[in-house]
Amino acid sequence: MTRLRKLLCFALTATTPLLLAACGSSGSGSANSITLYSGQHEQTTALLVKAFEKQTGINVQVRSADEATLGNQILQEQGNSPADVFYAENTPVLELLREHGFLSPVDTATLRAVPGRYDSAQGDWVGVSARVSVLVYNASALGGAKPPSSILELASPKWRGKVGFAPSETDFQPLLSAIEKVDGRAAAERWLSELKSSGRIYPDNETVVAQVNNGQSAIGPINHYYWYRLRAEEGASGTHSALQYFKPGDPGDLIDVSGAAILKSSSHQAAAQRFLAFLVSAQGQRILAHSDSFEYPLRPGVKPAAGLRPFDQLQPNALTPAELGDGRVPLEMEQRLGLL
Amino acid sequence: MSSNAASASADSVGERLAHGWSGRRRWPLVSVAGAAVATAGVLVPVAFLIVQAQDSGWGTLRRLLLRHSTAVLLWNSVRLTVACTLLCAVLGVGAAWLVERSDVPLRRLLSVLLVLPLGIPDFVTGFGWVSIDPALHGYLAAVMIMTLSLYPLVYLPVAGAMRNLDAGLHEVARSLGDSPARAFVRVTLRQVWPAVLGGCLLVTLGLLAEYGAFEIVQYQTFTVQIFTEFKLGFDAAAACGLSLVLVLLSIAALGGELALSGRGRAFRTGPGAGRPAGRIRLGRRRWPALAALAALCGLALGVPLGSLVYWMTRGSSSTLPSTSILAAAGHTAEYGAAAAAIATVLAVPICMLSLRHRNRLTILIERVAYLPMALPGLVVALGLVAFSVRYALSLYQSALELILAYAILFLPLAVVGVRSAMAQASPALEEVGRSLGSGPAEVFRRITLPLIAPGLGAAFALVFISSSTELTATLLLRPTGVNTLATQFWTYTTNFSYGAAAPYAGLMVLISAIPAYLLSRRAIAPAGRSRS
Repeated sequence: MTRLRKLLCFALTATTPLLLAACGSSGSGSANSITLYSGQHEQTTALLVKAFEKQTGINVQVRSADEATLGNQILQEQGNSPADVFYAENTPVLELLREHGFLSPVDTATLRAVPGRYDSAQGDWVGVSARVSVLVYNASALGGAKPPSSILELASPKWRGKVGFAPSETDFQPLLSAIEKVDGRAAAERWLSELKSSGRIYPDNETVVAQVNNGQSAIGPINHYYWYRLRAEEGASGTHSALQYFKPGDPGDLIDVSGAAILKSSSHQAAAQRFLAFLVSAQGQRILAHSDSFEYPLRPGVKPAAGLRPFDQLQPNALTPAELGDGRVPLEMEQRLGLL
Repeated sequence: MSSNAASASADSVGERLAHGWSGRRRWPLVSVAGAAVATAGVLVPVAFLIVQAQDSGWGTLRRLLLRHSTAVLLWNSVRLTVACTLLCAVLGVGAAWLVERSDVPLRRLLSVLLVLPLGIPDFVTGFGWVSIDPALHGYLAAVMIMTLSLYPLVYLPVAGAMRNLDAGLHEVARSLGDSPARAFVRVTLRQVWPAVLGGCLLVTLGLLAEYGAFEIVQYQTFTVQIFTEFKLGFDAAAACGLSLVLVLLSIAALGGELALSGRGRAFRTGPGAGRPAGRIRLGRRRWPALAALAALCGLALGVPLGSLVYWMTRGSSSTLPSTSILAAAGHTAEYGAAAAAIATVLAVPICMLSLRHRNRLTILIERVAYLPMALPGLVVALGLVAFSVRYALSLYQSALELILAYAILFLPLAVVGVRSAMAQASPALEEVGRSLGSGPAEVFRRITLPLIAPGLGAAFALVFISSSTELTATLLLRPTGVNTLATQFWTYTTNFSYGAAAPYAGLMVLISAIPAYLLSRRAIAPAGRSRS
């Protein structure tokens, strides 16, 4: 028995430092420190955080994960979240948290820094950067045919076996919502079921752009930055694909917005507001524009990365992120058709 | 015939002793306490599941379950699980027999290599295969890729059991005229049966909950629906309701395994003496056997590792700060080792109770301990989030919580490792120890522990390796700002920075090689107490 006791004592002493460390580290931090849940491009977020810390002296603890994980986490935390700020890649998750009443209003000055149509209608989150939905295509896999200029054409029998798409990506539901808003529900369902039978399903947009690039598929709907990021990794010699923009006003021609919000449960509201203000400040937006995430800064006057079509030359359809909603309708459509 | 008689008589002696004593024996308090702690840990995510599922309401669940796609996806899950489990059983047992019982060349090296596929993230394996053949997709691709990455779950416990094998029974069978093949089926296989079944159970349960690996070969299983509800619908209630279907499937698998394990027991006859079992001489057949094992390693390891090398040499994002990779490796090893130690220690009382104090309750406790394996990691991790923000806020997002999460998630692996070794150790020896006046702790230390040591090693290795590639729970529960190899790998791959990601996956494999190597050292040394 004594030996067993010794063993138990050993186990206890061995785990005590861990326990103490656990208790010490999990406090919500000092007044001069905020916790950021970030579903955004990690390297870009790190650059933004560093500049913010230097400018304000406020320390930022970053927790990076995909936005779906973080969204679910905040929902489960039920108002006990250690997070002060949530920086998401897409707006539906922010809309969802707003509907659950987990967000505090953003300062008006911050909201005004970017065009109002890219903010929450209720002022509970601010748009920070944008992507435009485009088609990636591989000219040799298309065999000389011109890529389509409307999202609706993707479902046409002409492109049978050529289209790759990622129906489980958060970027896909806004497309479906847009078609539904422009052409009606029946048209959207027909489009989806035709696309399902003629196209090839990939797990994510990274795979879509990679498979179009290597010729497995010939065209695919993506957000522009996936292609730029692929090109940055592969270099010009490894890039065998190009981008096709949709014709003006096409339901496929969408702006997807990344936004940030402050959690109501945060006890560092002032510092959190300063962080959001920094994200949309000229300095923050310039950092964003020059990082390798290839997104469009939303603040007027800040130029995007070289090589991107200027933001004011994009002619997206008139739907706002808020109008596209929380994605529940397209989700049910996809589920009914067995795409998810 | 006579070999059966030999083992049967050993059984009956063991059983008679066990039964004779169990009537008078008190409940072992330490084991009961340990098993209670483990069960409580396992029940946290299960309770979360049930509470959430109740929230979703029957109407939503019916809408989700009665869709046309549900039946297709369930069928996909079941046919994949059955095929992979059978293939893993054949590969795992065959490889374990060659490495542990035959004189195949290079077995020390092979015994390390054969374990390593477990340490490669599914994503790398899938990506490696798809980059060799971009057209690869569907059922057969999923069966192949999952078999090649999961067979170590059978190999490792079976190798541990074969290492511990008593030479006596096999020799008796051979001397009485059984052919080697016949002796293998009737004696060796029978002796390692608990390990085979345990390993297959792990493969089955793991596949039911698997999701990520199938994305890349476009094979959709039932778990896809659960992830859709979580990731696109943010509907934890519906996701948990659907997860109940996985629980039902796993209960079927757990019951099936229990039925297959039967009542027959195959204890060692002379474990105290620790006589190393002689290896079977393969003669000329050594070379085809070696070629087969090399082919298995080549497919399971070579393809994913090849794609890592390709990424490293081709990607332009290869620059990385060396300090961050070392810190990530340190965290991975530290968390993995702590979780492996906790899970292994908790598995011992569960197995002690279910094997030495066998009754409905102790069997139930053991079966419940397998449940986390059949639940998607996201369900388990969100369950721990919900639990800790309510009842243990100071634990939330601490290193300790992440370690406990790993221990809960991978407890089933530890239970299989420990159980297969303990099932071979005859309780008669423990009873002799008690009758000679030793206390339970002394008997455990001097008799049980040396007998189950290889099983503990296998348990530790399985949990450690699985923890080091775990991503879902890590993203939810790690301390803010801390990175592991898996989280860093994920960060880079989601941004196309495959060149920068590759070294992290390479280190994951290297770290997994450490426990695999340590186990192989034991494998080469004669089993039993001759080492002491």
